[in-house]
Amino acid sequence: MGKITGAQMIIKCLKEEGVEVIFGYPGGKVIPLYDALFDSDIRHILVRHEQGAAHAADGYARVTGKTGVCIATSGPGATNLITGIANAYMDSIPMVAITGQVGTAQIGTDAFQEADITGIAAPITKHNYLVKNVEDLPRVIKEAFRIASTGRPGPVLIDIPVDITTDLIDENFKVDISLPGYKPTLKGNLKQIKQAAKKIAESRKPVIFAGGGVISSGASDILRKFVKVAKIPVITSLLGMGSFPETDQLSLKMAGMHGTKYANLAFTEADLIIAVGVRFDDRVTGKLSEFAPDADVIHIDIDPAEIGKNIKVLIPIVGDAKIVLADLKSEYEEYIEKKGIHNRDQWLSRIKKLKEDYPLKYDRNSNKVKPAYVVEKIYELTKGDAIICTEVGQNQMWAAQFYKFTKPRTLVSSGGLGTMGFGLPASIGAKIGRPDKTVIDIAGDGSIQMVSQELSTAVTNKINIKIMLLNNGYLGMVRQWQQIFFKKRYSHTCIYNSVDFVKLVEAYGGVGFRVKKKEEVENTIKKALEINNVVLVDFCIDREENVYPMVAPGSPISEMLESEMLEGV
Amino acid sequence: MNHIVSVLVENKAGVLAKISGLFSRRGYNIESLAVGPTDDEKISRITLSVNAEEHSIEQIIKQLYKLINVIKIQELNPSNIVERELILIKVNADSKTRPEILEIVTVFRANIVDVAKKTIMIEITGNSRKVKGLEELLRPFGILELVRTGKIACSRGSKS
Ligand SMILES: Cc1ncc(C[n+]2csc(CCOP(=O)(O)OP(=O)(O)O)c2C)c(N)n1
Ligand SMILES: [Mg+2]
Repeated sequence: MGKITGAQMIIKCLKEEGVEVIFGYPGGKVIPLYDALFDSDIRHILVRHEQGAAHAADGYARVTGKTGVCIATSGPGATNLITGIANAYMDSIPMVAITGQVGTAQIGTDAFQEADITGIAAPITKHNYLVKNVEDLPRVIKEAFRIASTGRPGPVLIDIPVDITTDLIDENFKVDISLPGYKPTLKGNLKQIKQAAKKIAESRKPVIFAGGGVISSGASDILRKFVKVAKIPVITSLLGMGSFPETDQLSLKMAGMHGTKYANLAFTEADLIIAVGVRFDDRVTGKLSEFAPDADVIHIDIDPAEIGKNIKVLIPIVGDAKIVLADLKSEYEEYIEKKGIHNRDQWLSRIKKLKEDYPLKYDRNSNKVKPAYVVEKIYELTKGDAIICTEVGQNQMWAAQFYKFTKPRTLVSSGGLGTMGFGLPASIGAKIGRPDKTVIDIAGDGSIQMVSQELSTAVTNKINIKIMLLNNGYLGMVRQWQQIFFKKRYSHTCIYNSVDFVKLVEAYGGVGFRVKKKEEVENTIKKALEINNVVLVDFCIDREENVYPMVAPGSPISEMLESEMLEGV
Repeated sequence: MNHIVSVLVENKAGVLAKISGLFSRRGYNIESLAVGPTDDEKISRITLSVNAEEHSIEQIIKQLYKLINVIKIQELNPSNIVERELILIKVNADSKTRPEILEIVTVFRANIVDVAKKTIMIEITGNSRKVKGLEELLRPFGILELVRTGKIACSRGSKS
C-alpha cells in the first residue's frame, strides 16, 4: 500500500465527497495543502480576501444545495473567514471551512500566525474539529460533510495543523465515521401530523409561513402541491422567497419589517399559522406579544430548539420539511375526504382584497431613477428567471419586494446576519454553481465597497456576473432610520462620490455603465445582460428614496409606516 | 428553580468548552458542574446544576442536544435521586475549640482528614442541605478554606 501525505489525503477525501470547486486563499500553513491541490482536478477559485471565499462558498451552496468549501491559512486567514462562517451559520447553509494551523508542537505558544480558530468559531459553527493525528483526517472530513449537509445544515470548520498535512498515511486508510450523538429526526410524529391535518381542516383563516427550511430540504414542490389541495395563502420569510411562486394568487410575498402590508395583515387576522422551516425572527414578528394575536401555530422544523423558542406553539412537528409536508398532505386529504372542510371562500376573498388594496408601491410617474423601477425592469428583462443576489440594506429590500421569485434557490441574500459585502462574492459562487443562469447582484454603494476587490476574482476567472448597483450615495438603510427616528441627523451615512464605480470595474477589466435617466434604465440592463463579461451598472437612483412599508422596531407588524404618512418628514 | 441535568458526552478534547461556551453565550448560568468518565471510557458524564425557569430549561436541553458531541441528556427529578457533593473545609481549631468541632463532625458523620497545630481539615459528603448545615456550624470557628466539588446525582431504582 502506497503512502501519501495528509494534504493529499485531504484532497482525496474532498473528491470522495464530490467537491468540484473550492474558494480559497493560500498562506504559510496551507502551502502543503495547496501543493496537493495543484495536482488535483478540483477547481480552485482564488479570491482576494478570505471573507470572499466564505461568502462565495455560501452562494455556491445556496444555489446548488451542495456543501460549499473554502480554505484559508492560519491566523489572519482563518479570522478573515469568520464573518462568512457566521453568515452561513445564521442562515443554515451547508459549508465546510478548512483552515491551516501552526504545527501541533507549537499550538498554544502564541506562535507566528496562530489563532485559536476552533475556539473563536465555536459559537458560529454547527461543529468544528482540530485534527491532531493524520489518521483522523478521513473520518473527520467525512463527518464534517455529513454534519454540514444533513439535519439543519450549517458550517463546519476543520482546523488542520501544518505537520498533519505533511505526515504520511496509507493511501487507502479508512475509518468509519462515529457520531453517536448526531441523529437528526427526519420523519415527523404521525400523531402530531394527524392533529395538524385536523386543525388545518377546521381552520377558517389559515396561512402558511414558509422559510429557508422549505428551500434547503427541497420541499418547494410538495409545498406547492399541498397548497393546491388546501388552498391556503402562503407568506414567506426573506430566506423562504422562491419556495412558492410569487406570481400565484395565493402568494403574499414576504412579511415583517419591510414585508408586504397584505402579508402582515394576513398574519394579524389569521386563526392558524402553519410554519415550515422558519424561526420567527424578530424582523418578521415585530413586537412578539402582538404578533398574530388570534392564531394558533403548527410549527414544522428539523431543529427542535427552534420550536417554541420565540412563540408559543400548539402543534410541534420535528422533522424534515419535505417528508413532513408529504405526510401532512396525505393526512389532510384523508381527513377532508371523510369530514370535509370549513368553507374558506370568505378568507380567500379577504386575502384577494388585501392584495388589491395594499399593493407594494412607489412613485411610478416620477422621472427620477427609482430603485423599485430598476428592480422591476430587471425582473422583466430576465423574465424572472435569474438568480438574484443582494447586498444588505435598502437595495436588499427593494430586490425582495419588486422581483417576483418563482423558483427555489433563486434569491441569495444574507438574512440572519445581514452582512454587507455578501452579495458580490456570493454571486461569484452562485455563478460557478449555476453557470447556465444569469446571476445578478443587486448591490448598494456602501456594501459593495466592503468587498469590491472581488471584482478582480470575477473578471480574472471569467465569472460573468452582473452587478446592478443601486447607488444612492448613502448607507441608505441607516439613513432611513436616521430620517425617521433621529430627526434627519445623518451622522456618518453620506458616502456620496466615494469612487467612480464605472472606472473601478473597468480598472479590473470589466465593463461599466452609468445610468442617470429613467429612459436609459431598460436599454442599459439589456446591454449588461448581453455582454459576455463582468458588468457593473451604476444606477444613480433617487438618493433619499425609502423602503416602505416599514414596521418600526418594537412595533407590532400590523402597524406599518407608509410613504404617504412620511411625506415632509 | 434548580434543575439537575445529567449529560452524557463523547470523551473528547474541547467538549467541556463547547458546553460551557453554550451556557454563557445563551445567557444561562451554571451553578455547579462536575465532569468525569463513565464506566465506558469513551463517554463522560457532565452533571450540571442550573437555576432556570421551566421554559428556559427546555431550551437549554434542546440547545445542548444540538452539540454534536452530546449523546444523551436527562433532567433528573429531584424527588427521586441521590444527590451528593463533597467538601473539604479547613477550620481554625486550638485545644479549646477542638472538642466542640469534633462533636459537630461526629453528628454530621463527617471525617477529619488532617490535623495540624492550629487547624483541622474536615471532609463531608452529602446533599447540599447537609453540607450547608455543617458549613454554618463551623463558620464561627473561622473557616480558612473551603473547597467543593460540583454536585453529582443518580436517579433511584432501576431506571437509568
Ligand atoms: C458589515 C456590516 N456593517 C454594518 C451594517 C449596518 N448596515 C445595515 S444596512 C447599511 C447601509 C448599507 O448601505 P448600502 O450598501 O449603500 O445600501 P443601501 O441601504 O444604501 O441600499 C448598514 C451600514 C451591516 N449590515 N453590515
Ligand atoms: Mg447606498
